[in-house]
Amino acid sequence: MSEETTDRPMIRMAAVDKFFGQLHVLKKISLDVPKGQVVVVLGPSGSGKSTLCRAVNRLEPIDSGVIEVDGRPLPSEGRDLARLRAEVGMVFQSFNLFAHKTILENVTLAPVKVRGQAVPDARKTGLELLERVGIADQADKYPAQLSGGQQQRAAIARALAMRPKVMLFDEPTSALDPEMVQEVLDVMTALAADGMTMLVVTHEMGFARKAAHRVIFMSDGEVVEDGTPAEFFTAPKSARAKDFLGKILTH
Amino acid sequence: MNVILDNFSLYRDGFLQTLKICALAAVGALVLGTVVAGFRVSPVPPLRWVGTAWVTVFRNCPLTVVLFFCAFGLPEIGVNGAYFWFGVTGLVLYTSAFVCEAVRAGVNSVPAGQAEAARAVGLTFGQSLTSVVLPQALRTVVPPLGSVIIAMIKNSAIVGAFGVGGDLFAVGDTLTSARGEAALPVLTGVVLGYLAITIPGGLLLGLLERKVAIAR
Repeated sequence: MSEETTDRPMIRMAAVDKFFGQLHVLKKISLDVPKGQVVVVLGPSGSGKSTLCRAVNRLEPIDSGVIEVDGRPLPSEGRDLARLRAEVGMVFQSFNLFAHKTILENVTLAPVKVRGQAVPDARKTGLELLERVGIADQADKYPAQLSGGQQQRAAIARALAMRPKVMLFDEPTSALDPEMVQEVLDVMTALAADGMTMLVVTHEMGFARKAAHRVIFMSDGEVVEDGTPAEFFTAPKSARAKDFLGKILTH
Repeated sequence: MNVILDNFSLYRDGFLQTLKICALAAVGALVLGTVVAGFRVSPVPPLRWVGTAWVTVFRNCPLTVVLFFCAFGLPEIGVNGAYFWFGVTGLVLYTSAFVCEAVRAGVNSVPAGQAEAARAVGLTFGQSLTSVVLPQALRTVVPPLGSVIIAMIKNSAIVGAFGVGGDLFAVGDTLTSARGEAALPVLTGVVLGYLAITIPGGLLLGLLERKVAIAR
């Protein structure tokens, strides 16, 4: 890999501020995510971690600061923004599969509409992706006919179909029944092992320990800790992180 | 009831004329109303203003006034044509405001996550509306749109009354006023004509509603 590609971060946030009315949800956030890095964002609810994730593809517009994806500042609206979003995969807590389309159609819609791929090609790639996430046999079903875990894996396949440069995960397992969490985490772990750049907001500490290169701990709209999983879990520096870990790791 | 059978061809022509007005106006109003609804939910403020102004004007003016504007106002600014088309145009303009609001309600009924997911994969606003949001909105929109279209069919009688002529309502007018027939049987025939459009129309909508149902 050349110097040029490794130097430029995949995601760059500089002095990002965001308000919801009076509430200051992101406070001067600065954060670089290099290519190929898997970053897990932890934090109590209301800490701004989902907003941070959603700001990267401008589902949440920010009030000030700079966000760049692969060296390009986020366009504010219109076609340029749509083009950038096509390169940033996003997986939502509530899956958000298109309810009126089959699983395969969910995966092929954007490649056909946005990239102009021929339908047979898109279906072929789509089936391969569904195979990769282990639900090729569900291709012709509708989202409501699938379990939560299957739906979330389909949603990951849908995002991968655009060959994104980076994947955002906004609490991908929080809406799942406990027995389905692992199947989704397995897909994400495999993706991380393949070298995908990932920003993952989650409460899954096991995933953070095992798959993350870096853990960011947020509280009250600020990045409080930023280090390796080992550092964070064994020796958190801040009182807020210690308190958070104490609450979730005791049981 | 002989008056209906004796004048069957008159009734039939009136029925067909009403059907023609309604079919043209329904297509026009559905297309125009959906476009205006697209304006009203658009991220572009000027489009939203146009959409809002459109609905405010046409939903709040009496249909008769809209029709008079079309028939007598348009020629004053150089737009000339048959009364038939002025009548259809007035009906389309008026009904489009109601179609717009029904479609907008349907758009709002689609969970926000659907549009977010559509944007996140790179669809533009227009693509997300036509490929993801509107197809799902259709399900909730069919019943209120049905009511709007049935109201429009009944409103078409006003188009007939103000001078397009030859429609079902005009048949009733001709038979009672010009020929002095008794009103009750004549108007019963007129009512049957309208019901012959609205009731099958309602049944078709029921079928359509079941067909577009989406499991969530």
